Amino acid sequence: MPKQEEVKYTKTHEWIFVQGQEATVGLSDHAQHEMGDIVFVELPKPAQAVEKEKPCAVVESVKSAFDIYAPVSGQISALNEEAAKEPALINQSPMDKAWLFKITLSNPDQVKDLMDWNAYQDFVKQATH
Amino acid sequence: MTTNTPTETAKDAVKNAAGLPSSVTTADIGKPDNRLSIEKSDPGRRGIAFKNLLSAKQSGGSASGGKATDEVPAGFARKTAPKLPELSELDVVRHYTRLSKMAFSVDANFYPLGSCTMKYNPRINEEAAALEGFSGLHPLAHDKSSQGTLEMLYDLEKRLCALCGMAAFTLQPAAGAHSEFTGLLIAKAYFEKLGDSARTEIICPDSAHGTNPATAAMLGFTPVNIKSGPDGRVDPADLKVHLSDKTAVLMLTIPNTLGIFESRIEEIADMAHKAGALVYMDGANFNALIGLVKPGDLGVDIMHINTHKTFSTPHGGGGPGAGGIGVKNRLEEFLPVPRVLKSGGAYTTDYNHPHSIGKVKAFFGNVGVLTRAYAYLLMHSKKELAGIAENAILNANYMKSRLQAVYPAHSKEYCMHECVLTPPDELTAKGLKTLDVAKRLLDYGFHAPTIYFPLIVHEAIMIEPTETESKETMDSFVETMLAIKNEGASTPQLLKDAPHTMPVKRLDEVQAARQPNLRW
Amino acid sequence: MFIPTTQKDQEEMLKTIGASSIKELLKQVPAKYLYPAFDLPETSLDEQQTARHMKNLAAANTPALSFLGAGAYERYIPAAVKALISRGEYLTAYTPYQAEASQGILQTIYEYQSSVCALYAMDCANASMYDGASAFGEAVRAAVRVTGKKKVLCQETLNPQYLKTLKTYFANSKDYQFVTIPQKDGLMDTDKLSAMLDSDTACVAFQTPNFFGLMEDAHKISQTAHAAGALVVAAADPASLGLFSPPGEYGADFAVGEGQALGLPLSYGGPYLGIFACKKEYVRQMPGRIAGMTKDKDGKRGFVLTLQAREQHIRRDKAASNICSNEALCALSATIYLALLGPEGLKELGLANAGAAAFAARKLASVKGAALKFKGSFFNEFVLNVSCDAARLREKVLAKERIDIGLPLKDLYPALGPGALLVCATETKTEEDILRLEKALRENI
Repeated sequence: MPKQEEVKYTKTHEWIFVQGQEATVGLSDHAQHEMGDIVFVELPKPAQAVEKEKPCAVVESVKSAFDIYAPVSGQISALNEEAAKEPALINQSPMDKAWLFKITLSNPDQVKDLMDWNAYQDFVKQATH
Repeated sequence: MTTNTPTETAKDAVKNAAGLPSSVTTADIGKPDNRLSIEKSDPGRRGIAFKNLLSAKQSGGSASGGKATDEVPAGFARKTAPKLPELSELDVVRHYTRLSKMAFSVDANFYPLGSCTMKYNPRINEEAAALEGFSGLHPLAHDKSSQGTLEMLYDLEKRLCALCGMAAFTLQPAAGAHSEFTGLLIAKAYFEKLGDSARTEIICPDSAHGTNPATAAMLGFTPVNIKSGPDGRVDPADLKVHLSDKTAVLMLTIPNTLGIFESRIEEIADMAHKAGALVYMDGANFNALIGLVKPGDLGVDIMHINTHKTFSTPHGGGGPGAGGIGVKNRLEEFLPVPRVLKSGGAYTTDYNHPHSIGKVKAFFGNVGVLTRAYAYLLMHSKKELAGIAENAILNANYMKSRLQAVYPAHSKEYCMHECVLTPPDELTAKGLKTLDVAKRLLDYGFHAPTIYFPLIVHEAIMIEPTETESKETMDSFVETMLAIKNEGASTPQLLKDAPHTMPVKRLDEVQAARQPNLRW
Repeated sequence: MFIPTTQKDQEEMLKTIGASSIKELLKQVPAKYLYPAFDLPETSLDEQQTARHMKNLAAANTPALSFLGAGAYERYIPAAVKALISRGEYLTAYTPYQAEASQGILQTIYEYQSSVCALYAMDCANASMYDGASAFGEAVRAAVRVTGKKKVLCQETLNPQYLKTLKTYFANSKDYQFVTIPQKDGLMDTDKLSAMLDSDTACVAFQTPNFFGLMEDAHKISQTAHAAGALVVAAADPASLGLFSPPGEYGADFAVGEGQALGLPLSYGGPYLGIFACKKEYVRQMPGRIAGMTKDKDGKRGFVLTLQAREQHIRRDKAASNICSNEALCALSATIYLALLGPEGLKELGLANAGAAAFAARKLASVKGAALKFKGSFFNEFVLNVSCDAARLREKVLAKERIDIGLPLKDLYPALGPGALLVCATETKTEEDILRLEKALRENI
């Protein structure tokens, strides 16, 4: 799976790695760190249509619940059942083993609006100050 | 490679010899008994028997019409006996007496849980509710057999109307959230009758209890969040932006969850009404207003009360409570059925209200709890009711004024019945959090305040002493809080590891959520 | 009495605050709202007077030998249940937010959930709901949520109080369809059920024993529903489950019940206990609090509230339910009650109920002008048909004999005719009680 530098990021802390018409989506390392121990993941439904910036999944820690927003529009093409079975993976390996779902893009141009690694770093720095 | 230490091996031997189930870990052995009831079960023991066993055969003769047999027909019988404990009465009494000793309570501990109003629960309330005449009354008993209960409910509704400045009350909801549900259903019915189907939004401030947006969503409304102003109050400018012909209800907690009164309530309620919306008051904090202010005067159209907060009924480890919804005149026709009516000195239950929302639970309401609230009201004159709010407010301000030099207060103003503080820099600098202060309080025998609520205050510590606590108790709590600050500044680990004196240390909530073990 | 603050305390406290009076503390409240006129008594009662007043009111409820059931049942409550739940440690605690200081409460909730699972043969249960009717409403909501479908099939013989509550739990909204499955001889017509089920059906929701006291063929109903892809929501009287199949044995997806049957007083309708259980795949669809077993940092067994991120205080408008306060003390009563009975006691309780009702049914059906309305098996109540107006007969017998003969059904089920009467006999009814009822009917029909 990709290095942090190879993926794009959203303001809602999802990462997205695009390969052709398909994109893999997960939770950023920064976000998993902020949330603490993740105890539950609710993935989208298979083949669900998702819309950019609309919630489509949920991750929970003991005392909080975070919506995961679709970084781009499209249709769910794969789900990571391993991450759902073992949410601790999101803490251990957010960029690799614990990707959450894949989307077949309906509008590949939307990726352009997303932040690259440097921009995301700056965004996180700003948000925490 | 791991090897058992000699002690662990010995413990295993004890465990095997005792035939304990695998859920009992070796760490449990040699410590005070923390077994479940089922682990104390001994086949053949019984705590109670039923010897009055009649049967169809005894009756002689045969029934006309259908059959009357006590035999379970084939295919209907239970196949496997339920896994319930088999215990003697003493086993049961000792088990639950022991468990009761592992629980903080108002009877034994100061319990300054903000927004929960953990006041003393007078014992006469319990005695009254337990009277056989009340507790034995079937909810479908004939009105003629129920005059005492109906009179009580009628008078309780009347007194609540007077206290709240409302035209009518229903006592059917079982709790606060259930009251919100009832109240918003009434609003929904009201707009439906007006033919105004566009009103789909409920406005709540960001300081609201979670139940407010949850209730709105449960009823198909869209909750709209408005931001609190810097002083913690509703910002009329922000409200204006969100009010529209889509707004059904503005839901406010008064005083709000920061313990602050909405001073501009007249303007706010006016704005809502001009937009065609109704104003709902969450009465969770009514202890600050009882006998002092009538919510009806503030422009409130619908409000709820929680008897387990304001009216001294016990919390029972999480319930049962009892709720109630008061409404202005134009909303009365939508109240749930049955209503209690009085005519010519007799009380009746009345189901004939075609616009009623229906029922939010079976039968009447949590009448056993309402009986306690009524006894409490009987013991308070008009002046004494005001004394409840006055002393609740005095106590909260006293604690705030003594603590705020060390635990910064969210608001510089006087508070109403509760105040919101935050942990001192000396502690946060050591990596200590509100949670650590809360856990250390337990070691001193104090229940912790409400923590991390309201959500808009980072690391919130929300303290509500109530009127029934003495200066002496509050002083002792304040001094403990100050001592904890010193402990944390010098020995942070002491707080991080707290509590030290409870039956268990801090618990693994992550494991509990990741691998839920919810039953034996 | 309840406020310990003396004049002297008050002065000292105000001095510390730096305020001259309590009035000054109220300055954020516009003066025009403060101390309005209240239409309330100028005087109050002392404790003794209150006790007397409450006793008088209680005495104004005139008890009768009662054969009422219909969703609330007269039960014998063991003395140990009453004694234990009166302990201040249980009575005056709050929701166990500080787990370490509330292990006793949390363990009782865990034991309650376990007892419910055992009784209903289900995988998991929550810490309680308000009552059977609201639990039923929440369970049907869960079924609708899980399936994403909006049609609910309900039996005609569902307790009318449950049906009314169910509708408010769906906001009285026209977006959902509640379809009645007709009854035949007092029982759900399963042929009609088969015909009514379609791919839009979220669930079949029913109770057994049904409102007429009859045992439904739950196995067949459940099979039929599942075969059509619908979920099953079953409400079962917990007192019947020592004898009859529990919902888990017939594959119910959600099971609920009115826990009042487990050691709670009638108290004119509440507080009761909403039992809520489900299959494990729906654990996160459960509303309300859930306790779980875990370990402390020394590895010692302990209990916490868990799966909290489902709930309103965290998820707010995305929570499955708004429930906050529940009926914890009532759940504790039920837990203690079940611990006293054990599996054998529960069976005996079932036999005592079924026996009393069967005995009563035979006796009453032998009265001239009275007959059993239906042929099916019943648990502890049954419909008796009398040859006169049942409501008038009830009034007459109540006035003359202080016996409440049961609930006339004419208003709720006009089709049954004016003579239909729902009669209940639980373990509290003796042979003598039932013979008194028989005599009263014999003399007054």
